[in-house]
Amino acid sequence: MPAEGVIVTTVADFHRAAAAEPPAVAGVRLDGVVKAFGDLPVLDGLSLRVERGETVAVVGPSGCGKSTLLDLICGLATPDAGTVAAAPATLMPQRDALLPWLSAEDNAALALRIGGASRAEARAAARPYFAPFGLAGFERARPAQLSGGMRQRVAFLRTLLAGTAVLCLDEPFGALDALTRVQMQKWLAEALRREPRTVVLVTHDVEEAVVLADRVVLLSPRPGRVVETIDVDLPRPRRRGDHAVADLAARALRALGVDA
Amino acid sequence: MYALGLVVILLGGWEAAVRGGLVDPLILPAPTSVAAALYDDRTVLGPDLLTTAAEAVLGLLAATVAGAAIAIVMHLWEPARRALYPLVVGSQALPIVVLAAPLILLLGFGLAPKVVIVALVCFFPVTVNLYDGLRAVDPEQRKLLRSLHASRTQTLVLLEAPAALPQAFTGLRVAAAVSVIGAVFAEWSGSENGLGHLVLVSLGQLESARTFAATVLLFALAVALYGVFALAERRLISWKAP
Repeated sequence: MPAEGVIVTTVADFHRAAAAEPPAVAGVRLDGVVKAFGDLPVLDGLSLRVERGETVAVVGPSGCGKSTLLDLICGLATPDAGTVAAAPATLMPQRDALLPWLSAEDNAALALRIGGASRAEARAAARPYFAPFGLAGFERARPAQLSGGMRQRVAFLRTLLAGTAVLCLDEPFGALDALTRVQMQKWLAEALRREPRTVVLVTHDVEEAVVLADRVVLLSPRPGRVVETIDVDLPRPRRRGDHAVADLAARALRALGVDA
Repeated sequence: MYALGLVVILLGGWEAAVRGGLVDPLILPAPTSVAAALYDDRTVLGPDLLTTAAEAVLGLLAATVAGAAIAIVMHLWEPARRALYPLVVGSQALPIVVLAAPLILLLGFGLAPKVVIVALVCFFPVTVNLYDGLRAVDPEQRKLLRSLHASRTQTLVLLEAPAALPQAFTGLRVAAAVSVIGAVFAEWSGSENGLGHLVLVSLGQLESARTFAATVLLFALAVALYGVFALAERRLISWKAP
C-alpha cells in the first residue's frame, strides 16, 4: 500500500511526462521504492541515484529484485510505493532477446522500425555501427549464425540505437563463457567511451561491476535494499587483474556477506 | 527412402498373396491390376481427381483464411477468446454426416457444400495451432518490444506473427492431410463426381481394381498437399538453424 503523501507514478504518467516536457531528471532517481509480486516482497525501500553520463552497476544475490529495478526504470512496471523518476530508458533484457527471423541489422535497427522508420531507413542508420562494433560482414546474418559475443553486441547496438539517454543492461554477459565475457567487458567499456550514456548495469559479477562502473551499488537478498555503495575512482581502462580492481571487488563481496 | 522400401516390400507380398490364390481378387485386387486400372480408367479418374483436388484446396484455403482471422481476433481480444474458443473446440466434434444433409439441401450438389465441409474439418487444427503459437512468445522478447514502446499492431506484426509461424505450419500440414478425408466424406453425402463418389460407385459395381485406383489417387493427393505446405514452410521459416 502506498504511504500517505507518496507520489505513485504510473506507466501512463511516465510516458505523458516524457512526451510532453523534458524529463524532470537527466538520469535516474528512485526514492524508497517498494515492490511486491503478490505476497512476495521484491524491493523494500530502495533508493538509487544515477547521474547523467554515469555508469552504475547493481550487484546482488539472485532474486534480489535487480531485474524488477530495471523494469521500474524503463516504465515496464510501477512501484507499490515510493517514486521512480527517470529520463527515457531502454532495456537490454537478459539473454539477448534477438528476433531469430530478423537479420543482425534488422535486429539492431528494431527500435527505429518501431519508431516509424522504413526498413531501408532503419538499416541505413544501423549499418555504420557494424564495423566499429566488430560486426562488419555480418549485417545480413541471422542470430543463429552469430557467436554468443556477437549476439550480445547486436543486442547492445539495438539498445543504443533506441536513442534514449538511459540504457538498462540486465546481466548482459551472464550467458557467455568466461573468456568471451572478459573480451565483451573490454568491448563495452570502449563502446561506452565512444557513445557516452547513462547506464544502469545489473550483474552478479563483482569484478565486472568494478571494471565497468563509476559506482557499484550492492543489494541485500530479497527483499532488495541498498547495503552499500562503492565509488570506483580508478583510471580507465581498467583490467580485471589489477590490484585496485581486485581490492574493490573483494570489498564488494565482503559487503554482500561472502568471504573472498 | 525407408518409406519407399517398405511400400515395395508390402506391395510385393500383396501381389504374391493375390496371385497365389490366398485372396479373392474381387475383394483385394493385385497391385498390378490396380496399376492397370489407373491407366485404363484414366479418362474417368482424371476429371474426378481434379474435382476432389479443387474441393480439398478450396476448403483448405477457406479454413486458413477463417481460421487465421478467428485465431488473431481471439488473441487480441479476450472476450472473443472466451466466446469463440469453446465453439472452435466444439466444431471438431460435429459429425459431418449430420451436417452434410442440411448443407446439401441448402447449397445443392455442387462444389459449395464440399468446400464448406472440408473447411470445417480443417478449421480446428489451423485455428488452434496458430492461436497457441501467437501466445507462446518468449517473455523476454515481449518485454523488449514493450520497452521499445511497440504498438499492439507492431507487436503482432514484428513479433507474434513470425514467432507463431512454425506452429501455424504444423496446423496447416495436419489440415492438408485431413482435407482429403473431408472431401471424400462430403462426396459420400451426396455428389455426382469426385474420387470419393467414384469409390462409392465402383464398390457397388464390384469394380475393385478401379476402387483401389481411386484410393491410390486420394492417397497421392493428400501426400502432395502435405508436401506443398512442408515446402512452403521450409522456404518461409529460413531462420531456423539447420
